[in-house]
Amino acid sequence: MTTATVTHHGKRVVRALGTGAPVYVLLAVLLAALAFTDPGFYEPDRFLSFVKRAAPLVILAAGQYLVIVCGEFDLSVGAIVTAGVVVAAELYGSFPGAPWLLVTALLLVAGGVAGLVSGLITTALRVPSFITTLGMMLILEGAVFFWTGGSPQGALPTAFRQLGRGAAFGWLPWAVIVCLVVGAAAVLLMRSDFGRTLVATGDSERAAALAGVRVARARIIAFVLSGAAAAIAAVLVGGFSGVSAQAGRGYEFEAITAVVLGGVVLGGGRGSVVAAMAGAFSLQALFTLLNLQGVSGALESTVQGCIVIAAVGLGAADWSRLRRRRTNPSGGQAS
Amino acid sequence: MTATEPGRLVPPRAGVRLRRIRLGDPVVGVWLAALTVTLLGWIVVAARGGDFLTTTNAVAILQNSVALGLVAVGQSAVILTGSLDLSVAYLISLGTLVAAETMASGGVVTAVIAVLALSAAVGLANGLIVTGLKVNAFIATLGTAFILRGWIEDNYTGPAGKVPASFQHLGYDRVGPVPVSVFLLAAVAAAVWFLTRRTRLGHHMYATGGDEHAARLSGVRTRRTVVIAHIICSLCVGAAALFLAARLGAGAPWAGTEARYDLESIAAVVLGGTALAGGRGGVAGTLGGVLVLAVLDSVFNQLAVDPFFKNVVRGVVIIAAVAVYARPRRAAKGRPTA
Amino acid sequence: MTAIRPLRRSPLRGRALTSAAALLVAGLLASCTSDTPPDSPAAPGSASASADDSGSGKQSEFFEQAEYDRQLALAKEQPQGPAGKPWEQMLSPELIDAARYKKQKAGGVHLCFSNAGVFNPWRQVGLKNMTAEVELHKEITKFTVLDAQGKDDKQISDIQELTGKGCDALIVSPNTTATLTPAVEQACAKVPVIVFDRGVETDCAVTFINPVGGYGYGAVAADFLVEKVKPKGKILALRISPGVDVLETRWSAAKVAFDKSELDVVDVKFTDGDPAKTKSVVTDALTRHGSIDGVWMDSGATAVAAVEAFEDAGQDVPPITGEDQQDFLQAWKEKKLTAIAPTYPTFQWRTPVIAALRILQGQQVPKEWKLPQPSITQDTLDEYLKPGMPPLHYAMCGCADLPGFPKDWGGKG
Repeated sequence: MTTATVTHHGKRVVRALGTGAPVYVLLAVLLAALAFTDPGFYEPDRFLSFVKRAAPLVILAAGQYLVIVCGEFDLSVGAIVTAGVVVAAELYGSFPGAPWLLVTALLLVAGGVAGLVSGLITTALRVPSFITTLGMMLILEGAVFFWTGGSPQGALPTAFRQLGRGAAFGWLPWAVIVCLVVGAAAVLLMRSDFGRTLVATGDSERAAALAGVRVARARIIAFVLSGAAAAIAAVLVGGFSGVSAQAGRGYEFEAITAVVLGGVVLGGGRGSVVAAMAGAFSLQALFTLLNLQGVSGALESTVQGCIVIAAVGLGAADWSRLRRRRTNPSGGQAS
Repeated sequence: MTATEPGRLVPPRAGVRLRRIRLGDPVVGVWLAALTVTLLGWIVVAARGGDFLTTTNAVAILQNSVALGLVAVGQSAVILTGSLDLSVAYLISLGTLVAAETMASGGVVTAVIAVLALSAAVGLANGLIVTGLKVNAFIATLGTAFILRGWIEDNYTGPAGKVPASFQHLGYDRVGPVPVSVFLLAAVAAAVWFLTRRTRLGHHMYATGGDEHAARLSGVRTRRTVVIAHIICSLCVGAAALFLAARLGAGAPWAGTEARYDLESIAAVVLGGTALAGGRGGVAGTLGGVLVLAVLDSVFNQLAVDPFFKNVVRGVVIIAAVAVYARPRRAAKGRPTA
Repeated sequence: MTAIRPLRRSPLRGRALTSAAALLVAGLLASCTSDTPPDSPAAPGSASASADDSGSGKQSEFFEQAEYDRQLALAKEQPQGPAGKPWEQMLSPELIDAARYKKQKAGGVHLCFSNAGVFNPWRQVGLKNMTAEVELHKEITKFTVLDAQGKDDKQISDIQELTGKGCDALIVSPNTTATLTPAVEQACAKVPVIVFDRGVETDCAVTFINPVGGYGYGAVAADFLVEKVKPKGKILALRISPGVDVLETRWSAAKVAFDKSELDVVDVKFTDGDPAKTKSVVTDALTRHGSIDGVWMDSGATAVAAVEAFEDAGQDVPPITGEDQQDFLQAWKEKKLTAIAPTYPTFQWRTPVIAALRILQGQQVPKEWKLPQPSITQDTLDEYLKPGMPPLHYAMCGCADLPGFPKDWGGKG
């Protein structure tokens, strides 16, 4: 645990240790298993292509972390990814010559707006975010396919797909760079005052409010950032694999699973963004391992379910004594 | 979304508290909403020259409420205790398969017992993972869902088994205009209502969902309560699987998942005024929520609405309904708490 | 659920609970790893070179030799009917007399359709075909469509609802074969029923319309690879998901062909129809096996992703099978692939309307209306690849002469 747990306060280091440690062990085990299964796995281009594949999930996990750590949920990220890919294809269907930077920027803004709406409904109307984002998921998927008549009408041009598919200098995938940038931004964000505000909001809203934190604003910003992160993921996914009407299917659960694997507690207030992203890498490593091992396609999900439960369970069990010693303001884990 | 009480899926908010006098009880609200949707549907369909309030439609609405109703009633029980079950969809699929296969080889009674035993076992597993391993319910039941999925995909290559005609009566017969299966739903709902409202266990469920910490301090065996709630939920899901098997005449690996019973049931529960955080709400509201969704579906059917547009409307309705329930409590925001 | 069976209902309190839960997970984990049957498709794909016997796994329970033989025979047959209109053609029809269904009362036809759903582009293109076909016939004054959104339960209710609506004829596209049977039987008693795409387990419908079928599809694709790939070549088989009847038949027919050939099926993988997962699967297969000499797919939705995976790995794209989806046909032409596109034609959505009208006029229709199932080959590629159509369009739609083409299908020009 020499890794940068992004905290200064001793208490929070303990907390981060308590919630984050198992994921690094899990990741190390999985990476070792990958090396064992496939000796060529750590050749630079192979490893980079692994990171490239993991990038969308890592970015989604970073976004999801921001929402979860302040005590909310974002179930709409999968729908935002699907909608993003379909909307991009639709835009290119109507304006084939559109510059990729503009389309990407538009998607980012649109993702942010979707997050803004979720955030406003959640904070101003006091609708639980599980419901808000579930509704948002239905609305986005429905609206986008209603608009396109069921399937996207255009194709994504090479320039737009470069970010998800191409490589800088011929060897470094753009997706890896994007992933690093987003990861670094997330770490910096969590180190800033805003990051502390966010964690405080999730830890105890009341205490945060009394200390002068504008909790509603913090939450709304978290939702906006999660939406924007989902839009970035959409650009990468669309770039990586092209137009698909189900590009983001299941991503919401994968992202939440990744964050929880990282030891972040649903309900907020605990966990580090680095661990959340490590959780995403672990999940992707697990997928890759299952694929390389040649586990029957049918049993893959069973193994995945077992490992997720076991990992989270072990994480909770190992450190439960530590946690119980605190006068736990959030009751227990059986949320 | 008030939650001054801790230990919930959704975190506490500052300075919010239940008012003593609730402006608009959600249960009343959701049944009013069902009525309103029916009336609106009737007007709109009539304006198009159709007839909404026919026996055929009424039967279809009731019939379509049964499967979701059974699941949602079970889901209410877990949500009341502050937990959640995302594994219901795959459990339904597996339940129909087990039911149909057992009926094909053994008898109907054996099949019913087998399905309920399977359900109870899955519920027990969910409950133990949530309470014993302290895995958050969201992740725990998602994990169980994946395990069940793998199990189904590895063992079944499509619809399997055969349900004898004698058992299909459950899915197709009617007493007058009322489908037999509606009585099943009524019986299950009544049983769960009785359990939650009239027994000590029920009080413990509300207490655990309301404030687990406080409940534990006052001597409630919260973990046991959560485990039992999960078993109740899974048993209801088992009943839904049996009903679907009767209706489908065979087991289908996608019976539960294509209909998205996991998220739909949660939506129905929340639509019925049960707080996702636990401790508030109940079966009566849930049934209203199911009815609203079924009536909406029927109206969409009559008007031949684009299926994608349906989702948009459903999303808006769900958010709007919950926003309305939250309104009185929003008004109470900022009142000093004790 | 053997995983749960070892656990007795211990008294649920305190420590016992924790340890019971731990035991449970241990049980789950143990069962996870040990449950793979030795002869399941998993085994051969694993790390060993698997050059021994057939690598394609066990045969599907769905495989029926008689039906397989029948489909392969039908595929070779010359269809009867108007040339250039495959949706009106039929293969070895056994005509039946529909006089008793002749519409008695005067006035327009009320046609009803219970649709399984529009949850994939194939069904979306199909529904557009059907709607346009209805527009061609002025005698149809009312066309009611109920969409079951992929739910068997809802489709049963939909069918019941439609039989109470005064339909003159009912078209059903079942969501699931077995489960819709009772509902269709009930409907048959009240109204002439036309079933298409998937069948039901009853012959009470006036006619059942479907193309040659999954065995024909899978065999065409496999035979193409057997012809184009050198012996001992490594074949990667990509499937959408397990347990879908129409897809199981495709794979089982391909398996028969591969087992007979000298080809070596090194991997059979499920992609969930997700292009990103497909790319990962292909990339992993390339690293594991060094090279892949042919790709067999059970449907075309992810074919382009597979092609790109080879490009991204800097390898030549080997012979590959896809489907008649626009994006694959485009990639085929632009990248000069060695490819074939067997189809499960969407023009079959036109036929039920035509059949319904014939039945209501008392004309003869075949008991099982078998439609031809053309494949797109190098020679016919240009004929089917129409510029300006959206990427997920299905070229074998027979829709070029329908009103509203190409705009209603999302095309330009």
